[in-house]
Amino acid sequence: MSASLEKGISVLKEMIDAPTASFFASCVHCGLCAEACLFYTETGDPKYTPIHKLEPLRRVYEQEYTLLGRVGKMLGLSKALTDDELEAWSELVYDSCTMCGRCSLVCPVGNDIVYMVRKLREGMAVSGHAPEGLRGATKRTIEIGSPMGVKWPAVQRVIQVQEGETGLKIPVDQQGAEIMVLLSSMEIMNYPEYIGALAKIFHKTGISWTLSSKATEATNAGIQIGASDLAREIVARIVTAAESLGVKKVLSPECGHAYMAIRWEGPNLMGRPFKFEVVHVLELLDELRRAGKLKVKDKFKTPVTLHDPCQIVRRGGVLEAPEPLLEQVVSEYRPMTDHGKWNWCCGGGGGTSAIHEPDAEQLRFKAFQIKKRQIEETGVDTMVTFCANCRIVIEEAFDHYGMNTKLLGLTELLAQHLED
Amino acid sequence: MNEMQFLAWVRGPGLDISVGILVLGVIWRLFEIYSLGRKADLAQARSRSGASGWHTLYRRSLPAPGLLARSPISYVGGYIFHIGLAIVVFLFAPHIKLASLVGLSWPGLPSPVIDGVTVITLATMLVMLFDRINKPVKRYLSTFEDYFTWALTFLPVLTGYLAVKHLLLPYTTMLAVHILSVELLLIALPFTKLFHAVTVFGSRWYNGQINGRRGVPV
Repeated sequence: MSASLEKGISVLKEMIDAPTASFFASCVHCGLCAEACLFYTETGDPKYTPIHKLEPLRRVYEQEYTLLGRVGKMLGLSKALTDDELEAWSELVYDSCTMCGRCSLVCPVGNDIVYMVRKLREGMAVSGHAPEGLRGATKRTIEIGSPMGVKWPAVQRVIQVQEGETGLKIPVDQQGAEIMVLLSSMEIMNYPEYIGALAKIFHKTGISWTLSSKATEATNAGIQIGASDLAREIVARIVTAAESLGVKKVLSPECGHAYMAIRWEGPNLMGRPFKFEVVHVLELLDELRRAGKLKVKDKFKTPVTLHDPCQIVRRGGVLEAPEPLLEQVVSEYRPMTDHGKWNWCCGGGGGTSAIHEPDAEQLRFKAFQIKKRQIEETGVDTMVTFCANCRIVIEEAFDHYGMNTKLLGLTELLAQHLED
Repeated sequence: MNEMQFLAWVRGPGLDISVGILVLGVIWRLFEIYSLGRKADLAQARSRSGASGWHTLYRRSLPAPGLLARSPISYVGGYIFHIGLAIVVFLFAPHIKLASLVGLSWPGLPSPVIDGVTVITLATMLVMLFDRINKPVKRYLSTFEDYFTWALTFLPVLTGYLAVKHLLLPYTTMLAVHILSVELLLIALPFTKLFHAVTVFGSRWYNGQINGRRGVPV
């Protein structure tokens, strides 16, 4: 057994807790989780059944934590995990799982399958079986500060451009501001108008805010790959910056996995609650809307539908904010059949979009077909969403399928129609 | 061993052994699973009505939107055979008589009703077995244990019916076979997927609680 495999198995042993054991003990192989997974529904291949993706973790559970399993292991009736098996599972644990958590919503015995996928990834990463693309993204986040390799001077340039476009000052390292704003690299590189949109909204509502030159990046490839030590280092940058600036709130960008990382995993990675509150940008905007501070001058006339990013809505609990905010700014909103916590993933969450191997990309496009059908059923040609990663993935899929659907970011849409 | 001795054995030592293994097994398995504990969630919880372990405990008894159509046999068959089993086990007069040994009693259902429910339960279990073999996902997931536990569940219902109807074997022998099949089921329960009968409550509760902290009613 290689040293890395041994380490991987020992990490998996550490990962197994009472919920995991209870979940494995409860599975009756009914296969209903497959019906909730876009990688199964769109391919029809049973290997993509969510509970099956957990087989390496289940085997460790059985061999190490059950009486019969331990007896079986002693008698040589069960085989220990091998590197080859874990390598074969990489496709199932990363390429074909976006950690969207839809399976966890349907299991009749109540298994939280994505909770266990997150754990299995820890063992996969440490034993060296995470995909190359995700390893690179994690390495760049640790070494450079962003999964896309964006450095602070690049952020500064974007700030300057947005200051020019909005005529507003974008504060940096402002001690004692109320809110510290985090960004995702995708926004900095592809949707910088998000920053301008925030500047407009904060100016309009009189909220003091700041960016930190020490911590702008909110996404956390360490979590996606399953390396808690690295994930902690990435979160710690934000915590240190926010606490030294003395802000009351840290604003998570639209990006879904960033929200999961800072809001829900962050305190657990740090081993303590934060001294500040973590708020998703839509939660803040909805609060402003309810207070009557988010008035629009006119409405967006084209009918739209909405894509709910998994980590913000189903997994993150920002359930009520998106639809009222959208309805505030559009004349006609047509929900998809499955929306809110029942939405279907874009196919690129959980670090999957960082895997650039051709097979993984083709699989992603295939999995997107469910979203494509649901968009087409609404009969609209414009979709709004609120996650930069979903946007990139969906735009690539639109190109792939030659769809003419336009994709808009909710925060920017609101900012464009904000009362002057 | 003649048939009377066989019956005496399954009613005496057989029952003691199987109930003993069941009780110790359940206690052991519960300890094995839940003593693992878990880390406290340090993220500040969001509260939302409907989002809790207790809600999920109930909610998972209902099909998720769209899934009934995608896997109708799993749901419809699942309801019928679970409810059918419960009726046959707990509402058949001779079974209630067993409970009177420990001083409990409740009203049962008339025999013809139990007969009907038994036949429906058996038929449903056959359909579910067919679905397990026929549906690619189920077939793919299935191991020896899935078929073995199916048989362990099917046999007591079948032999019970045959005994009551005096079919196939002399009544005494069939009754003994019936009791033996129940004993095998009891022994297997803690150590196979049949244990979901117990852990389903813990699993649903955990899922509801974990996601409930995030304010998501799952």
